[in-house]
Amino acid sequence: MDVKTTILNLPEEEFVNPGTRACSGCGLGIAYRIALKALGKNTILVVPPSCLTVLQGLYPIASTKLACINVTFASTAAAASGILAALDVLGKKDITVVGFAGDGGTSDIGLQALSGAAERGENFIYICYDNEGYMNTGVQRSGTTPEGAFTTNTPIFGKTQPQKNVPAIMAAHNIQYVATCSSAYPLDLYDKIKKAKELQGTKYIHIHTPCPPGWGFDPKDTVRVGKLAVETGIFDLYEIECGGFRLTGASAKLIEKRKLRPASEYFRAQSRFKIMSDGLIKKIQEQIDARWEAHFEAED
Amino acid sequence: MGTRECNQITSAGEPGPGDGGKTGSWRVLRPVIDPSICIPARKNIAACFICWLYCPDCTITRTIPPTIDYEYCKGCGICAEECPTKAITMVEESGFISEENK
Amino acid sequence: MHTIESGNTAAALGVKLARAQVIAAYPITPQTPLTEKLSEFIESGQMKAAYIPVESEHSALAVCIAASTAGARAFTATSANGLLYMHEQLHWAAGARLPIVMCVVNRGVGAPWTVWNDQQDSISQRDTGWIQIYINDHQEIIDTTIKAFRIAEEVNIPVMVCYDGYILSHTYMPFDVPDQKSVDRFLPPYKPENCLDPNAPTNLNSVTLPDVRTNIRGELAHGYMELRYLLQEDLRKSIDVITTIEQDYKKIFNRGEGACLEEYRCEDASFIAVGMGSLAFHLRVAADALRKEGIKVGVVGIRLYRPFPDEAVSFALSKADGVIVFEKAISYGYMGPLCSDITSALYKDANPPFVHNYILGIGGRTIKTDALIDAIRNSCSRPEGSDTADSLRWIGLKI
Repeated sequence: MDVKTTILNLPEEEFVNPGTRACSGCGLGIAYRIALKALGKNTILVVPPSCLTVLQGLYPIASTKLACINVTFASTAAAASGILAALDVLGKKDITVVGFAGDGGTSDIGLQALSGAAERGENFIYICYDNEGYMNTGVQRSGTTPEGAFTTNTPIFGKTQPQKNVPAIMAAHNIQYVATCSSAYPLDLYDKIKKAKELQGTKYIHIHTPCPPGWGFDPKDTVRVGKLAVETGIFDLYEIECGGFRLTGASAKLIEKRKLRPASEYFRAQSRFKIMSDGLIKKIQEQIDARWEAHFEAED
Repeated sequence: MGTRECNQITSAGEPGPGDGGKTGSWRVLRPVIDPSICIPARKNIAACFICWLYCPDCTITRTIPPTIDYEYCKGCGICAEECPTKAITMVEESGFISEENK
Repeated sequence: MHTIESGNTAAALGVKLARAQVIAAYPITPQTPLTEKLSEFIESGQMKAAYIPVESEHSALAVCIAASTAGARAFTATSANGLLYMHEQLHWAAGARLPIVMCVVNRGVGAPWTVWNDQQDSISQRDTGWIQIYINDHQEIIDTTIKAFRIAEEVNIPVMVCYDGYILSHTYMPFDVPDQKSVDRFLPPYKPENCLDPNAPTNLNSVTLPDVRTNIRGELAHGYMELRYLLQEDLRKSIDVITTIEQDYKKIFNRGEGACLEEYRCEDASFIAVGMGSLAFHLRVAADALRKEGIKVGVVGIRLYRPFPDEAVSFALSKADGVIVFEKAISYGYMGPLCSDITSALYKDANPPFVHNYILGIGGRTIKTDALIDAIRNSCSRPEGSDTADSLRWIGLKI
């Protein structure tokens, strides 16, 4: 990535009002705020039921300063397609249409519509903020909940299935741009969304957004936990543009350093992994090591 | 008096602060910036601003020195945790409440 | 311009003349030729619209909801299980007060699978808050589709235009195609009040609270109940609007009568048979036959089903001795929904007629004129025990 925004040239204007109902220390709060700086005023948001619905405000007050339509759970990408069609037919140009959904509304119930929109090559940005569970309804497991994690419907065994890799699914649709980001690295997030805004076609952005109550850590540690996810190689920051894969930011730096922090540091930082067995931690470490071996080899 | 005058036929929220009320009341600990340690404050230049970058609730300004809107700051403590010079301390809110009530 | 075409083509022509701007549809028998025709119109340049081949009916209505909110005139069409798949969105479109028009090509619902006609699909959606109009022939298909957009945009309520699958959708009839200029005079461009606009940003269809709440200016804003009340209030008011629009259409096109219902030989009728859709016309054949036997039978074809035009229905039926309601749908566990609605509309009469209910044509079971004649004759003679709900009769059942 060529453009590297710094804190000092990040736009100062805020597109979110303070006093939202988001939890104290919400990872989405950081990601949403920064994403909107990248999107700007000429944007229409499409938001399904999720934490964001609540963050954006209850009628008649809106915390978001952007035009937004709330839609049913499964229909984010379809609704975005409808807005695009209307704007096109009405001759309204230069408005960015953005679907902004949670992981449940993307990887589970929203996947059909998202796949349809991607197949049609709809010209919009789909942002999935991934707090790895249905957090708004009280921490139930979703497709992206990691294996071994406690959720309210996997309370004793933890989730027994591995995580669904939604960015890979979207890349398999051969769309214009796929990128992963994290609340812990807001400048990388900003640059990727800005880039997506300039591209034509379907763009998919997947943001790792740590959740203090859902994951079990003190709100002050939101950024620290987010950084640990990247530094342990559990969550990689990358982009895929027209099929070409590239690690970015802190993940790219790991290629230089050739050293990842042990995954157990990430798991120890969150009480949702308390029930995880040593065997599973070992298995996941092996998977990470294998994946990163491949990254190192690709670099050589 | 009813809501007939409202004149809306479906829900349409208008932008404004405090949808969740004065969320400053959520605080147990309050972040306090020490201007003698805070980089932009003591050097009087635009620098750092990591606290502004990471605040989930838009309650910190990117000014010299940065200011915190205590009406809405939820006291999450991210700013204090991420400040590279440890210029921000999380202080018991109860002390301030009794001060403000005097 | 006169033409002989299928019912589906009539609907497609209506949508083209109405200058719909965003069309989203998913294929389902017997709707498919309608959307195929629209694709042809758009790709050949005859129609300036976006056609989105969505991956499901739920998404089809999602596209229409969003497009309508963004200011475009939106249309979709479906049948049976496709309509059921959209059910959540039906409630949403009505609650969001969007002037979407949908053609429902009536077909029976699974399980078990059927592709043939009955009206269970749209009738079972009568509580969603949509306006529902049931039509009888191809001329009405094209005319009502055009009128539907005008109705929807005047009252901000979505409209379902229902016509029988196969019986109307796939058969050919002569009809007049209105000219574009006259349609433009009747139906001005869509100018929404609340539109998605980055220059005047609002958060649309956000969560509402049980109770009322003050807005950013300290004024009292609706609670959920007030918004839903307004939908009901506007639905009831729309009966007059629909009647006026019918009259406006007649002034320009010299066609159209009875926005709520159509009467046939009812002036002196002792017994009135009631039906919806093509069945209403079929009943006229039976009525004529019975008249020859000396039984004074009339037919009322209900056109506007929701909002239910209870006053018009009561006025049309109360003077008869007996009302015989024929339906291609059932409210399982009770009786035919139309019969239920008619009975309650007649309840306030001092001396209401008896009301009998016949269920027929379910899953496309052939409706024989003789069977209709026998049923009406049987009801007219009012056999013992024929007045209670359990005496609900099925015609053509072979169990």
